[in-house]
Amino acid sequence: MITYTKPPHPREYRLIFKNVDREGWDPSIECYLQDGGYEDLKKAFALQPKEITEEVKKSGLRGRGGAGFPTGMKWTFIPPNNTKPVYLICNADESEPGTFKDRYILHQDPHQLLEGMVISCFAVGAHTAYIYIREEFPEAARIMERAIEEARARNFVGRNVLGSGFDLEIHVHRGAGAYICGEETGLIESLEGKRPYPRIKPPYFPAALGLYMCPTIVNNVESLCHVKHIIRMGGDEYAKLGVARNTGTRILCVSGDVKNPGYFEVEVGKLTMRELLYELCGGPKDGREFKAVIPGGSSSKILRCDESYKLRNPDGSERQLGFWDIQLDFDTLAACGSMAGSGGVIVLDDTRKISWVLNNLNTFYAHESCGQCTPCREGSAWMKKISDRIVSGEASAKDLETLESVAYQIDGRTICAFGEASSWPVEAIIAKFRDELLADTKPDNAARPHNPEEEAQRRFLAETR
Amino acid sequence: MSAPTLEENTASHETPGTRFFPPFVITPELQAEADARISHYPDHKRSATLPLLHIVQHHFGYISAASIDWVANKLGLEPIKVLEVVTFYPGFRQSAPGKFHIRICRTLSCAMGGSYELMERLCELTGIDRSQSDSHHHPIAVSPCGKFSVEFAECLASCGTAPVCLVNDDFHEGVAAGKAEELLAKYDPHV
Repeated sequence: MITYTKPPHPREYRLIFKNVDREGWDPSIECYLQDGGYEDLKKAFALQPKEITEEVKKSGLRGRGGAGFPTGMKWTFIPPNNTKPVYLICNADESEPGTFKDRYILHQDPHQLLEGMVISCFAVGAHTAYIYIREEFPEAARIMERAIEEARARNFVGRNVLGSGFDLEIHVHRGAGAYICGEETGLIESLEGKRPYPRIKPPYFPAALGLYMCPTIVNNVESLCHVKHIIRMGGDEYAKLGVARNTGTRILCVSGDVKNPGYFEVEVGKLTMRELLYELCGGPKDGREFKAVIPGGSSSKILRCDESYKLRNPDGSERQLGFWDIQLDFDTLAACGSMAGSGGVIVLDDTRKISWVLNNLNTFYAHESCGQCTPCREGSAWMKKISDRIVSGEASAKDLETLESVAYQIDGRTICAFGEASSWPVEAIIAKFRDELLADTKPDNAARPHNPEEEAQRRFLAETR
Repeated sequence: MSAPTLEENTASHETPGTRFFPPFVITPELQAEADARISHYPDHKRSATLPLLHIVQHHFGYISAASIDWVANKLGLEPIKVLEVVTFYPGFRQSAPGKFHIRICRTLSCAMGGSYELMERLCELTGIDRSQSDSHHHPIAVSPCGKFSVEFAECLASCGTAPVCLVNDDFHEGVAAGKAEELLAKYDPHV
């Protein structure tokens, strides 16, 4: 009987987070082994690598980092006639605002991740793997390094793992505080010791041309943990969790204006927005009302609580879906114009000014743009400058138009998805809260110079006219 | 890149925190620690750039021109290849922070939870002046005594327990402005 220091909600289904906040649990290998740890690895070694990939494909697992790409399919993109070494990288750069799931796996259950990684490495034929951990998790880096040493001492990692003839080295690699390193090709550049400028795809799909131009599989921490459970349960059995095309469990991270923020591991698609926010999170804070929700990390498009959406049924007919009835899975959220992303749900209530929220996000993206592509480098800085003006009451309605046009000039014009990540929040917030933003502007401001240089320029032009 | 050019292009300057960190010296222990890291990247030494810079920053508080030169030599790179990495990543600094460096999460959930108020309160208590700080070139402000420094960090990935901060390597959650004094007292009982 498992007991928890912080008991999970009855609606939760704990698979990946089984040991998070578990009473008497610690990150040591002894604790993990007593609980049946590394048994799934032994099971995996009895299979052919291709069979493991097949199980993962059958499970329908979709990547938990943000894009929701099928993990098993990603693994098959390694060229069949490949002769170069294959690498596996665990993306532990958790940095999408609103997301805080990997933190708990790394700190409390490092061996679950290692077991998932060893199985995945065996499946894709990788003999070297790196765990890219963000710099802001120093404790997690130490815990993972200790866990690797423990695993090596018991031959779960190293030469001839468990007598299978399979060699594997796993190393921890720490980032240095840049959001863009969460993007897989940026991460690879960073791991090569360079500035993390993302690579263009094609041709640089990591599965073909990744680390050191060798085939490389980059998977999120949570995705790799799921692999272990897929082997334990079998792909078909795992696929029974969740709903069709959105299988398994996923960890939703709720933050912001709710009574009980936190993490909740649930079956994908089995929960509606209403259930999440009222049942699991206890509703809004006293005397307040929900206003809007950012459903999948700060880059996903904001949803208003009073909206409804037109969705197409499989038979071609249309149906109306209200905000509160949205099922939290990849496809429904995409159909509602947003995305499930990394599972970071940020909740805003009626005390939040939307211009302030917009400015906070713009500041983030302006700081984190890597600067490689002009639309994003310049655009993100301009979006911040304009929203600075809106927040300080110095903007006119024209500024809002400019802001919108800047956003639409970034989106789709950059090497990596950061362009969309930075412009989607702006596009959605303006489209959905135009009146509230306009109320923060004054027509007179259009005539005001925005900075001392412009003021001087105007004076000069007036004098020389 | 010659030593004077590297020196000129490194933005190191004296801060009140400098006295808490040893000057950069190459010791056999440092070499051994670096070599162990380099061994994680067989045939691709350049990959050890970030790990080596982390070692330097951990021991000496910040990354100086001399340490960039050492890292470059160790990895067989031109110093510019190391300098461009140092200037890119917000996690690397070229001047000394305070003895206790506080990084406060600034991003949405923490801002809603009161991280700006926390920053203000910490500055008040430590006498730090952030008026000259900006997010890109001067993110860190050090207290006059050099014991503390503050910096706004982007999302520290603990949005459910906002507001949060890191003090050196220690993580603290649920640190509302009202708990600022208690937080500082853990590191310096005289605040």
